[in-house]
Amino acid sequence: MSDHESTYVPKTGIERWLDERLPIIRFGVDYATIPTPRNLNYWWTFGGILALCLVIQIVTGIVLAMHYTASADHAFDSVERIMRDVNWGWAIRYVHANGASMFFLAVYIHMARGLYYGSYKAPREMIWLLGCVIFLLMMMTAFMGYVLPWGQMSFHGAVVITNLLGAIPVVGPGILTWIQGGFAVDEPTLKRFFSLHYLLPFVIFGVVFLHLWALHQSSQNNPVGVLIPKERRKQDTLPFHPYFTVKDGFALVLFLMLFSVFVFFMPNALGHADNYIPANPLQTPPHIVPEWYLLPFYAMLRGIPDKFGGVVVMFASIGLLFALPWLDTSKVRSMRFRPAMRWFFIILLVVYFFLGWCGAHLPDEPVIPGVDGPDLFDGNLNSYLWLTRFLTAYYFGYFLVITPWMGLRETPLPVPEYVSSPVLSHDEKNG
Amino acid sequence: MAEEVVNAHAGGDEHSRRDFIHIAAGAAAVGGAALAAWPLIDQMSPAADTLALASIEFDLSKVTEGQQVVVKFRGKPLFVRYRTPKEIAEAKAADHADLKDPEPDSARVKAGHEQYLILIGSCTHLGCVPTFGAGEYGGWFCPCHGSQYDTSGRIRKGPAPKNLVVPDYTYLSATKVKVG
Amino acid sequence: MKLDFRKSLAAAAVMAGLALAAAPAFAARTAEEPTGPAKGVRPVSGEFTFEGPRGQFDRGQLQRGYKVYKEVCSACHSMSLVHFRDLGAPGGPFYDPKYKNPNDNPVVKALAADVQVADIDTTTGDPIKRKGTPADAFPSPFPNAIAAAASNGGATPPDQSTLAKAREGGARYIYSLLMGYREPPAGLKVGPGQHYNPWFPGDVGSYWTGKGPVPKGGFIAMAPPLADNRVTYDDHTKATVAQEAADVAAFLEWASDPHAEQRKQTGWAVMLYLAILAALTYASYRAIWKNVSH
Repeated sequence: MSDHESTYVPKTGIERWLDERLPIIRFGVDYATIPTPRNLNYWWTFGGILALCLVIQIVTGIVLAMHYTASADHAFDSVERIMRDVNWGWAIRYVHANGASMFFLAVYIHMARGLYYGSYKAPREMIWLLGCVIFLLMMMTAFMGYVLPWGQMSFHGAVVITNLLGAIPVVGPGILTWIQGGFAVDEPTLKRFFSLHYLLPFVIFGVVFLHLWALHQSSQNNPVGVLIPKERRKQDTLPFHPYFTVKDGFALVLFLMLFSVFVFFMPNALGHADNYIPANPLQTPPHIVPEWYLLPFYAMLRGIPDKFGGVVVMFASIGLLFALPWLDTSKVRSMRFRPAMRWFFIILLVVYFFLGWCGAHLPDEPVIPGVDGPDLFDGNLNSYLWLTRFLTAYYFGYFLVITPWMGLRETPLPVPEYVSSPVLSHDEKNG
Repeated sequence: MAEEVVNAHAGGDEHSRRDFIHIAAGAAAVGGAALAAWPLIDQMSPAADTLALASIEFDLSKVTEGQQVVVKFRGKPLFVRYRTPKEIAEAKAADHADLKDPEPDSARVKAGHEQYLILIGSCTHLGCVPTFGAGEYGGWFCPCHGSQYDTSGRIRKGPAPKNLVVPDYTYLSATKVKVG
Repeated sequence: MKLDFRKSLAAAAVMAGLALAAAPAFAARTAEEPTGPAKGVRPVSGEFTFEGPRGQFDRGQLQRGYKVYKEVCSACHSMSLVHFRDLGAPGGPFYDPKYKNPNDNPVVKALAADVQVADIDTTTGDPIKRKGTPADAFPSPFPNAIAAAASNGGATPPDQSTLAKAREGGARYIYSLLMGYREPPAGLKVGPGQHYNPWFPGDVGSYWTGKGPVPKGGFIAMAPPLADNRVTYDDHTKATVAQEAADVAAFLEWASDPHAEQRKQTGWAVMLYLAILAALTYASYRAIWKNVSH
């Protein structure tokens, strides 16, 4: 909270000396004791989990870069050498590879929490916008990281994704050649992707800092969604430490258990077997799919019959998130008090999940095998192509139509005035 | 300040038990983090493929009398020198000279194989590679800072503090050694 | 009653789950032919010992598998990322606790010395052949991929270092493929140098003139490599095709993931630690939040 008064009193002479010159201890203490809404539930622990995910990825990544060779001839073998010969190399590489999936799992939950509790609404638009920037940077980083092992999926995934840029009218082909550093994905592409993959996490780190700055400026949202006035601070907030450090810590340990199950017992379950085949530019794998966390966007891309149109829709699906704070007309933040909107939100989650499902299948595959549906325009109605289109329509409809319209038309439930009003505590007992 | 809030709710009797829980949880977390740091540190130690090359076998019949063959061993030059009887005699005679790092010649070769001197070719001063057959003592001369070694590879003059290192090696047969 | 975010997510998961559960029910109707590598086929004595979170390799099986690889597979397939020393490393087929350094393991040294390795003479610079050492990688049967393709009817035999993890189904797929060679169904035209195998991924639709649906599977250039008594096992195990297939599948699984045992053991220790930490943190959380209404 911006007007949180500093409680730090330097005790020793050295602390006073330092405090006058570099008040770093004061800064830390003030952040640790920041008043935090006392009703935050476990969905709010994912911010801390994400911070740890970023640190794990950066630390393991730096270590992997000590052994990795960014060259088309040696990249695949150097990754295998890490897995076979480097001390603990298998553990470090599996943590890094599965860490990307865990990072996206946590970020999706974090974003869904923001959507449900209206954390993007005034006065918190800036937190949301910075979060969207982080999400975009994460997708770029993850994509370039996936290219580095130089397996079949790495290579042909890079071919497909860089070729999206070629769809841009007029300048596209020029940009494509520039990005690839040649007329195809090759050595120069791998080297620049490695360089940028190393750089971007530090950019993310910087934007995360801004994200937190904005958070502490405009105060944390909470499950009830009401702002906490200064005079209610005593009743409605608790200092971050120890109350939320211990709560975040407990959630973090549970998250690490899930993480460990993947790393130690099913390390390749989230990857694709083809990526253990060295890249071969002369032969494309029969079925190109990105990692699971990018599948919904990949589905939207393929659902559009026009190449450039597909690219536009895919980027628009993320662009919409940036516009969301101004698309939402509702005065109520938390969907706890918006029963109708809540259902549209649940459907959005299901739609998003199934967009990913569609992304993992070929567009002309029938959704229900053995049933021959009627043809509509360029495809069979019983195909992942048309399912993708319906789901994409809902995704866009949710943000562009349902969100603005519902805010104006719905009648929300009575919202308690304060976080700890009696109405709420009754609700909490049920929840 | 944070503790004050916690303790405000705590009854006096439960004080120590609660503190114990917090300390135990904190200690377990710190201990786990320390253990997790180990793989990140140990990954910088030599990898399995590096260790696999750490011992080499060398056929001494490739070296002719009075010559030296240099092979790469653990990333450094390995000097294998076939000494002439004159050089051996010189080395033995110098056993009682005023040596900076006293060591008899017999301790630097294997009994029965006195003609073969096997050394790590890295100056004990700052790691440069000494030149064969140069310097005042008929051994090696380090071009970097002028250290001079005799025909037993012992330091005789210059800034280097120690004799050239004799690696661990064993004779597998009369003409074959395993180094490392 | 008010729905919470948690319940919303649960509702979404249930809806997604129901739809997912329904999908295989539709798919199952066409499953007369093999539909995937792992279904229905088991190695000779049930599951592989290394499967599951507590699975360990059967050393005897790995040693037999090495023999099959050495005497059968390695005639055409390279395995360039595996070294002789790996055979004697912890978790390897010939690991011996007496020799912490696998380079000193006499079995490994003997196996390495069996092969001739291309090298350069250190004095003359001439290309020479020398006896292998534990530090050497398994020698490749062909000098390069083009030569390998030229000698094998245009199809390069894939490198086997990562084969088991580069195929959906892993060892079970390899076992199924090796066991899956059969006479093509009537109406399926098989080209010269090709072999029908229902487990091999592919689409044989354009070669099918028979009745009914197109058979599953594809054409593989590799002729059936195994036969009864193709190798003689040192431990006197009867060398049936099924035994050889299971053994070599296990060996290839080990070769592609040589630290699997260490990984699982570490995993159990990590899980135990995290469980204790979770309990302690939860107790600490309860103690701190005691008497706080929230």
